[in-house]
Amino acid sequence: MDKFLNQRTVIAILVLFALVFPLIYADNAYILHVMTVGFIFTISVYGMNIIAGFTGQLSLAHAGFFAIGAYTLGLLTTRTGMNFWLALVAAVLLTSLAGLVLGAIALRTKEHFFAIYTLIVGYLIYLLIDVWDGLTGGVRGLIGIPIPDPIGPIAFDSPTAMYYLVLFFLLLSIVIAVRIVRSLTGRTYVAIRNSEELAQTLGINTGVNKLVSFVVSVAYAGLAGALYAALTRFIGPEVASTTMVFNFLMYLIVGGIGTLSGPIVGTMLFIWFEQFLKGFQEYQMLIFGPVLVLVVIFYPRGIVGGFYQLKAKLQGRRDKRAPQQFQPMKAKEAEK
Amino acid sequence: MDLFLQQLFNGLTLGSVYTLVAIGLTLVFGILHIPNFAHGALYLVGGYVTLMVMQATGVHYFIAIAASIIVVALLGVLMERLVFHPLRDAPPIHDKIAAIGLVLFFEALVELVWGTEYLRMITPFGDTVAVGGVFLTEQRILIIGVAILCVVLLTFFLKKTMMGASILAMAQNREGAFLVGINSNAVAMMTFAISGALAAIAASLASPINLVFPAMGHLVILKAFVVVIIGGMGSIPGAIVAGLLLGLTESMGATYISGDYKDMIAFLLLIIIMTVRPEGLFAKGSY
Repeated sequence: MDKFLNQRTVIAILVLFALVFPLIYADNAYILHVMTVGFIFTISVYGMNIIAGFTGQLSLAHAGFFAIGAYTLGLLTTRTGMNFWLALVAAVLLTSLAGLVLGAIALRTKEHFFAIYTLIVGYLIYLLIDVWDGLTGGVRGLIGIPIPDPIGPIAFDSPTAMYYLVLFFLLLSIVIAVRIVRSLTGRTYVAIRNSEELAQTLGINTGVNKLVSFVVSVAYAGLAGALYAALTRFIGPEVASTTMVFNFLMYLIVGGIGTLSGPIVGTMLFIWFEQFLKGFQEYQMLIFGPVLVLVVIFYPRGIVGGFYQLKAKLQGRRDKRAPQQFQPMKAKEAEK
Repeated sequence: MDLFLQQLFNGLTLGSVYTLVAIGLTLVFGILHIPNFAHGALYLVGGYVTLMVMQATGVHYFIAIAASIIVVALLGVLMERLVFHPLRDAPPIHDKIAAIGLVLFFEALVELVWGTEYLRMITPFGDTVAVGGVFLTEQRILIIGVAILCVVLLTFFLKKTMMGASILAMAQNREGAFLVGINSNAVAMMTFAISGALAAIAASLASPINLVFPAMGHLVILKAFVVVIIGGMGSIPGAIVAGLLLGLTESMGATYISGDYKDMIAFLLLIIIMTVRPEGLFAKGSY
């Protein structure tokens, strides 16, 4: 049983499930749409995880960058008629550039100051979109964003095609996140999270590392934003709102901050839960708010962290039966 | 000239509200080192409780405010006990996230109980007084007066009472305060109670001018953070000066520059300040 349910098999089953999912629900565009939106948010949450979960800097401007990505794609395709794929690349690049500039300034602040600074920058982006009528369409929003241009014979005019497109970017994002986290760079980030002073003493250039991690995280947000604009084909200032960033944060915390599978577990869980609670959408925070608080207090590493904790405990019990030295799991846990 | 004086007065009103909210934030930050993102929830509940007590029982405005102060102060204590106390040794990210959870919860709760509409709070101080060509509503005069009273009372409490002295002691040196036997739990609860009471007062005073609605805490709390940082995290005089300064800048900016951009002024100000001085204005280097 243990052999069968190892990580590799689970991942293979999940990917397979994601691939055949549209075949099961081929006639239900709504379910596909919910799933696709969930995947897009997951990409963004993976970005948040890199800066907040691994490098330990709580950035609350994430929705702002999501919006920059969305509006860049929207404006370039609707106003200049640029090719979709070029606009997508431009959206990611421009968001990263904005992240580079902002990160270089914001990351000089620490802890609480960084959180407040980024929260306010995020809010400022929201206000700017809202007020800058001439460019962004203000509260009326931006309409008529085209569907992705076809690549050769592949057209993106159906929900299924959009689903696969987003799934492709999601898998790509996860692979990149895994590669980053398991590399020396990822370990550097964890070192900074655990103690910035200690990391500095070890000769790590914390400034550059934090900045790179911030830019990567922002690039994820930009990509997710651009895909979101392409999927919904309408965007308003609320994509930059604090509600958005608080949601992302909630997905991340409940799923498991600083874990590799946390973002997808948390986001998909919430996305589907919200569907069940659709009847009283305004009040769902009555449940989610306290859940968030309880998770932070009792399971600071979320569902995934809690799972590994439990596993380590069970393993520890087994190890006790066969007298062996107990291996602390902490360092390994961080990369899961 | 009249317009200028009028805006000066409006700015002082606005600044008084910011100051009251910011003092609560700055107390909790300076003493317990928690940037309480849930302070907006206290403000929100404060406004609603006052309004509902007035509507349900028909008591005088001041009695309703007193009820609101008690409710929100207790709520602050509960927050400290149930959420922030268990998190006191957690990594710095956690208490901020828990606070966000609280905000989400209270906004939903208020919507569930009282609905999403914008509500009016009728004040007995609706008359206008003309002073040398400037029209001052009594409510605005009341806001400024109460803010001054609160600051005086708070200063007196902190400087002259034993409880206040232990609060200040803990703000100055935690370990030292523990060594001389100060009960950190009592101080933490007291700090949250005062912080909540100030939020309730601010919300009750500002509501007749600004209406009561579920998102009423958002902008105020963000601006209070700006005030706290400009005033130097943890400094009460700093919060007073910065609060008034922000109020004045906003009302002048709205008149002489553009009303559309008035909410941005505070945030731009903060971004400029934090860019030049990342460690915060007047940082003492202790936290």
